[in-house]
Amino acid sequence: MIAIEVRGLTREFGDEVLAVAGVDLEVAEGEIYAFLGPNGAGKTTTVRMLTTLLRPSGGTATVAGHDVVRDAAAVRRSIGVALQEAALDPLMTGRELIRLQATLHGLPRAEGRRRGEALLDRVGLDRAADRRVGTYSGGMRRRLDLASALVHQPRVLFLDEPTTGLDPVSRKAIWEEVEKLNDEGTTVFLTTQYLEEADMLADRVGIIDDGRIVAEGTPGSLKAEIGRPHLEVRLAEGEFDRAEEIVARFGTPMPARDGAVLVELQGGAADVAPVVRALDEAGLAVESLDLVQPTLDDVFVAKTGYHLEGDDQEVAPEAMVEAEQPA
Amino acid sequence: MIQRLLLNLRVVGSLGARSVKQTFRRPQLMAPIIVFPTLLLAIQTSGAGSAIGLEGFPQVNGFLDFMLAGAMVQSTLLAGNSGGIALAVDIEMGFTDRLLAAPISRFAMVLGRLAGTAVLGAATACWFLAIGLIFGVQIEEGVPGALLMILFVSLSAIAFGAIGAAVALRTGTASVVQGLFPLVFVILFLSSAFFPADLILEPAGSVAEYNPLSFVVDGIRDPTISVLTAEVFWKAVGAIVLILGIGIGFSALALRHRLRTGG
Repeated sequence: MIAIEVRGLTREFGDEVLAVAGVDLEVAEGEIYAFLGPNGAGKTTTVRMLTTLLRPSGGTATVAGHDVVRDAAAVRRSIGVALQEAALDPLMTGRELIRLQATLHGLPRAEGRRRGEALLDRVGLDRAADRRVGTYSGGMRRRLDLASALVHQPRVLFLDEPTTGLDPVSRKAIWEEVEKLNDEGTTVFLTTQYLEEADMLADRVGIIDDGRIVAEGTPGSLKAEIGRPHLEVRLAEGEFDRAEEIVARFGTPMPARDGAVLVELQGGAADVAPVVRALDEAGLAVESLDLVQPTLDDVFVAKTGYHLEGDDQEVAPEAMVEAEQPA
Repeated sequence: MIQRLLLNLRVVGSLGARSVKQTFRRPQLMAPIIVFPTLLLAIQTSGAGSAIGLEGFPQVNGFLDFMLAGAMVQSTLLAGNSGGIALAVDIEMGFTDRLLAAPISRFAMVLGRLAGTAVLGAATACWFLAIGLIFGVQIEEGVPGALLMILFVSLSAIAFGAIGAAVALRTGTASVVQGLFPLVFVILFLSSAFFPADLILEPAGSVAEYNPLSFVVDGIRDPTISVLTAEVFWKAVGAIVLILGIGIGFSALALRHRLRTGG
């Protein structure tokens, strides 16, 4: 059963801005789908269209079997939404907010209160429930937002960058909660700019750049597409350019990151020793050396030409793997 | 159908309650509604009380009798403006998205805000009535007159709130709605709120005479100082309906535009 089906979805703002440029995707029921991309890639615009907050300029989309334009009310009954930056009223208490959310979804008063209390307990906010949201930490706000999105037991949950700006502990707590929800059968569509988040949580990942999906698949299959491991070399001092020349003999150079020289090894791990020897013969002192298996960042670089996290350095065209059509 | 209507009414009630709590919890929203009009009322009644001796001034027991309606309308105008600011803040912080993503009538978001403004209007009417009664005002029309005053103030609060909501929905910016503040005073002083329209110098006198706000003020004032005639009553109702119609109409258009363009 398909929970989300999108065909040729587009959204224009005025005549010049094409924020979403013909997105096609399918999310199966019970799946966690991560929409991965940098700021401005079109993730939030897509989510806003799927959650009926924004009308598409073109294409079609159904969520939980309902068309987002023709049957928007039915879509809204079937989904839970936790939007970017946790849009919570700082003057309300946690308990007030979750009760309001229950009312918005038409739950009878007693039922809304019961579910609200259970959810506050579940996300660890029962003791802070009568405090104003303005006094909550970022992590507490996100957990409250998540809890309020679940009060009507939605079939499909949309999370727009649920952990942006959170510390690692809070991020992990959200991940655990999302996994638990998914185990209980909720389909989760999440947008993120964190590779680790997509890698950890998602059954499938869609990489979006400039309004288009440039790659789609399971994290494993996407990484396997990239194939070979790469070597990350840090020099004790200077001569970065010479080191790049030398390592380029052993494979395809990749954009440098945090002062390290990166090369995708043609011969895999067997090439490590020759690289070290070559650098040594050139008189370059190596400070550290890491053989790194492909990550989603590598996939991202291969498909878009730049890193999602870290520096914004462009990749040499020859280092790019030709972007394939999404599955 | 009926079930849906009941759900939306419940939502409007909940959002109205939130709106009232929000006002009490945010002093900058409360101050213009209660503190400023009360201070202005105190200053004007103590400083300009001799105006009642002017030829053509309505027959009143004291200047406070005359001024009370003006203070109430000032308060409701500012309550409407504060409601607009609060709605714009909701838009700015994304809270309205929470409401728009719920399976309710999208206009419930506006109606909820207006319900809260109406409650605040009723509360301020009671506040000013209490002040008046403490300082010797006699309501000529008695308890029915006082109830009618509260009703008119509540309805005019909804009408002014609808104008504030329209501006908030169209601009989505709290500072723009806040920028209407001085305009509120211009409209107020160009009406019979603080002085009889026929004693105001021209051309302001003519503006005050036809200012719909003057009809609202007169409808609230007459039960205090004399007998409310049918003409004054219907003029007040007509003015409120006109302002409400404009406010609701523009709010609906602004909301439609916002939903279509996404901001």
